[in-house]
Amino acid sequence: MTLHLKMDDRDDRYRLDDMVQGLVGTPTDRPEGKLKVSGKASYAMDVLPDDVCHGVLVRATITHGKLRDLDTEAVRALPGIRTVITGKRMLRNPAQGMAGKAPVQGSDDIAYFGQPVALVVADTLEQARHGALALRLTLEAKGDAVVNPHDPDASVEMPKKEQVLIGDLDEAMKKAAFSVDQHYTTPGHSSAAMEPHASVAHWHGDSVTLRGSYQMLAYNKAELADALGISEKNVRILAPYVGGGFGAKLGISPEAVAAALASKELGVPVAVSMTRQQVFETTMRRSETNQRIRLAADENGLLTGIGHEALVSNLPGEDFSEPVTQATPFLYRGENREIVHKIARIHRTCAGSVRAPGEAVGLTVLEIAMDELAEKAGIDPVELRKKNIPDQDPTDQIPFSSHALAEALDEGARRFGWDKRNPKPRSTRDGEWFVGMGMASAVRVNMLIESKARVTLSADGRAMIETDMTDIGTGTYAILGQIAGEMLGLPMEDVETRLGDTEFPPASGSGGSFGAASNGTAVLLGCEEIRRQLCKKLNCEDADMTLKGGYAIVGNKRIALRDVLDGDTLVGEGHVQPGKAEKKVRQATYGSYFAEVGVNSVTGETRLRRMLGVFAAGRILNAKTARSQCLGGMTFGIGMALTEELIHDRRDGHMVNHDFAEYHLPVNADVPQIEVVLLEERDEWANPLQAKGIGELGICGAAGSIVNAIYNACGVRVRQLPATLDKVIDGLDEAT
Amino acid sequence: MKTTLTVNGQLRHLDADPRTTLLDALRNHLNLTGSKKGCDHGQCGACTVIVNGRRINSCLSLACMHDSDEVVTIEGIGTPEHLSALQQAFVSHDGFQCGFCTPGQICSATAMLDEVEAGWPSHVSADVTAKQDLTVEEISERMSGNLCRCSAYPNIVDAIMDVAGSAKR
Repeated sequence: MTLHLKMDDRDDRYRLDDMVQGLVGTPTDRPEGKLKVSGKASYAMDVLPDDVCHGVLVRATITHGKLRDLDTEAVRALPGIRTVITGKRMLRNPAQGMAGKAPVQGSDDIAYFGQPVALVVADTLEQARHGALALRLTLEAKGDAVVNPHDPDASVEMPKKEQVLIGDLDEAMKKAAFSVDQHYTTPGHSSAAMEPHASVAHWHGDSVTLRGSYQMLAYNKAELADALGISEKNVRILAPYVGGGFGAKLGISPEAVAAALASKELGVPVAVSMTRQQVFETTMRRSETNQRIRLAADENGLLTGIGHEALVSNLPGEDFSEPVTQATPFLYRGENREIVHKIARIHRTCAGSVRAPGEAVGLTVLEIAMDELAEKAGIDPVELRKKNIPDQDPTDQIPFSSHALAEALDEGARRFGWDKRNPKPRSTRDGEWFVGMGMASAVRVNMLIESKARVTLSADGRAMIETDMTDIGTGTYAILGQIAGEMLGLPMEDVETRLGDTEFPPASGSGGSFGAASNGTAVLLGCEEIRRQLCKKLNCEDADMTLKGGYAIVGNKRIALRDVLDGDTLVGEGHVQPGKAEKKVRQATYGSYFAEVGVNSVTGETRLRRMLGVFAAGRILNAKTARSQCLGGMTFGIGMALTEELIHDRRDGHMVNHDFAEYHLPVNADVPQIEVVLLEERDEWANPLQAKGIGELGICGAAGSIVNAIYNACGVRVRQLPATLDKVIDGLDEAT
Repeated sequence: MKTTLTVNGQLRHLDADPRTTLLDALRNHLNLTGSKKGCDHGQCGACTVIVNGRRINSCLSLACMHDSDEVVTIEGIGTPEHLSALQQAFVSHDGFQCGFCTPGQICSATAMLDEVEAGWPSHVSADVTAKQDLTVEEISERMSGNLCRCSAYPNIVDAIMDVAGSAKR
């Protein structure tokens, strides 16, 4: 019944290429699309039971200290108020991705400004909101809270396993014909998914059902159970539609536990949605980074050394730290290497995963440094990158799996008209605008995560997929349906995909770009199991059976699946686990970005004029949804380059710009008609689909291409992101 | 507080707390959950509905201010079985990913096309008195009150362009 695969080796069977339904890879519309455009897709807060009560979280307004008392009596006296929840089970911050256990709990100890310490519950949202505003807290602040990563009092950790030292970088820098040694900063970022974190909890006896907005339900179930002190068996989580996640919804969050505690106490369902300000303050931020890059190159521009140092931050006790240097060990050649990773323990909102933790900011900075090296060496930026592509992973000394960086660079340069770029800054003018082009490489590590799915082929010849996988906009409904349709010879409309329910087999969840490949593999395996059962019924070998359009074709016979099934229902479960393959080869996705900007010579404002991304991520499962994922990633890059920046008060660390009025996401007018090109590729080492992740690739390095274009346009090199007009205009005088 | 409004062509009677926003009234009292709450501060546009023919952020006004008004929500624009041309174009062009901002985008785009038809200029219109052509720049500008973190913006523009020229919307 279950087909299991541990990915220890390459899979050269190319099963999908044996199939003839013609679904995989095509730009098929999302099957749930009609529901989404008509407001019928049900997100966390869209299905409220009639007797639901509403809860509103209350936050601490000190940075570090104790909650001594709450004046619950006064609030309870207000109309409609049902209860005030606080205490040792409240979450300090969300669980980190794939934690599978509760994060730090307890509302008595406050570790950051904005920490949720209570939930006010009332009959209506209006009453609960009023109660939350009225709740008076007695807080005792400790005066010693360190809130800045550069504070000399900050405790700084340097985990041994994160540091790399190969050869002698100092010596390489001394001997280098061309070198770069620069410091760069990137600010904190917010995932800012459009659906706020929200949960509706409802108990039946000892069991709780939670309808929430979460990315990784199998882990979230364990986290919620642990937080509540109950068995996982007594927790069910539903998340059929998730209004974006981008990492912020990997782990169970404070509103879920608070809703469950309140519902248990009151015996009615309780709905809690964070306000947008709470989403900013109490869910994950991407850490700010302070980076130093050293590049040493010989007279031909060949790298002899790379140094990448990073200082990031997090709350005390959190095991996540932004893996800034993740791709640096293998992207470019160079015998001498030094990687330094430091974590400052400070009292700011918890740091965690935001789209492409690591490469999003680390590669962006490396690619700005590469642009600086290209200029110093007088080598075209595309050529510099191409000549520094290593033959194998230079740090781990293992081969690469599929690797299309050179092709992506060439294809991008050709399509964008890179040959028309004048390498001299300020050489192109359009009225009061300086115009310039920049480029950057893209790279993101590729992962496979344990995942299960069940496929049922019912007697009427229709298939159903069940898994607790989520679709957070990533296209899961589409691609799982396409894989099953392809393997079983069924059109999309004959495959139903059911997601987002922990009653279904546990999946990888959506995160780290691994969802489609991991859970898609589980579906493929489930289908292979069903094919095995069909072959048994048809008394044939799999190689002799063709499934297409609801028919089985064996030899010269064409039989409707319904007739083959003859009243039977077939069930196949797929189960994939990562294995030795990930140690044998270096797996990553690659690409290139090309950007053209205008920089206003009067105001210093940058406007993105054109942008192209070329990406290789193994087999593309759906050309339409894969392209959309890349558009989204690149737009995160636009925000990172030009506008997005979490600002913390220097005194108490509180997040100053905690909503969309102050934290500036790119809007429609900031994003030109970006072009995306997906290269044809297969990666046999990744999984039996030969597909790699694509959800994060589009952000990795994207901002670098824009910052490099600003330099080419106006001669101002911005090393403190984002490149807001104040920074650019300051440099405009110097650059003249 | 008693309020009567016409929602998607139907007369609806509401008796809600005067602090109830139009958005919360639609979602929590009238069971029309297609309109979404992304920020509750008029910053994201996910709650956009059409009131008396004009697009507004429903989170920024109280329900009781809309006595006898005509409200159109995403549910009134089309159903999964009978999508409007714009809704269908959003599906075909993948003008969304997670789908949370989508009802607001479609309500906004529907009313925006009427604004153009009525000759309203925008910030990027070269001549504010001329009839406006629906260029990419005009659409992008006019749709910038609706945030999409998945960033389907280029696809949203394509979807609107697809429908704008034809009379089928």
